[in-house]
Amino acid sequence: MDAILFLIFAGIAVICGLNLVLQKHPISSALSLVGVMGSLAVLYLLLGGEFISMAQLIVYAGAIMVLFIFVIMLLNAGTERPSRRRLWAQYAGVPLLAAMLAIAFYIIQRALPPSPGVHFGAFQHGNPFDIGIKLFENYVLPFEVTSLLILIAIIGAIVLARKEIN
Amino acid sequence: MPQLPSAAPLSWYLILSAILFVLGVAGFLFRRNIITVFMSIELMLNAVNLSFIAFSYQLGQNDGHIFSFFVMVVAAAEAAVGLAIILTVFKNRQTLEIDEISSLKN
Repeated sequence: MDAILFLIFAGIAVICGLNLVLQKHPISSALSLVGVMGSLAVLYLLLGGEFISMAQLIVYAGAIMVLFIFVIMLLNAGTERPSRRRLWAQYAGVPLLAAMLAIAFYIIQRALPPSPGVHFGAFQHGNPFDIGIKLFENYVLPFEVTSLLILIAIIGAIVLARKEIN
Repeated sequence: MPQLPSAAPLSWYLILSAILFVLGVAGFLFRRNIITVFMSIELMLNAVNLSFIAFSYQLGQNDGHIFSFFVMVVAAAEAAVGLAIILTVFKNRQTLEIDEISSLKN
């Protein structure tokens, strides 16, 4: 059952990822990315990450993708034109990426010890309580630095997007 | 037809992560629209998050969840600043094609 669920949602993720790369219109790519993020949230739940699964849905599929779609609609972005330049990337890119994927497969198969498989419910430390304990005991300093980073990002976004007033 | 295992091995998750990462790299290399390039970067970040959480399952600790949470936060900050930059570029150039935004080249 776990394997079937994995295969279904991994298939959805790969198909949506391919669709993201192949579609010509940015709004289709954005909707495909929402599909990838939703199926990844289900996979996180299978791996026992309840908190991170919900955060994925709310932060990524909710907030960030709404921002993307909002910008696409604001800029009225249309279908992209095929470019005649970058021949090197067009021809060498696909074989190089296939080689990268093959090397990754080989390393994953060789380096991993044989595991009993991923069972839903076997990992018990992904709930918000345990995450909060870990976050505020072991990772307090990165957490605070992250708040500073977000403050800088807010100021940067406001400065970049403001209207010039003379 | 070989019998399906009852539980997906950990390597399947890592292979899915590798596939999604390579798809993100492909989108980054081949697409011309700056917003789609940006979305490919988000796809790569998601792929890395998946392998963080898969390894976290394997090791029985939730440190990987914390790291992928930080990756999400950084991605949110990056999306806010990046989309503001895209808005500014569009306001000044009236284009989203990355081939035409090349004044820093050479």
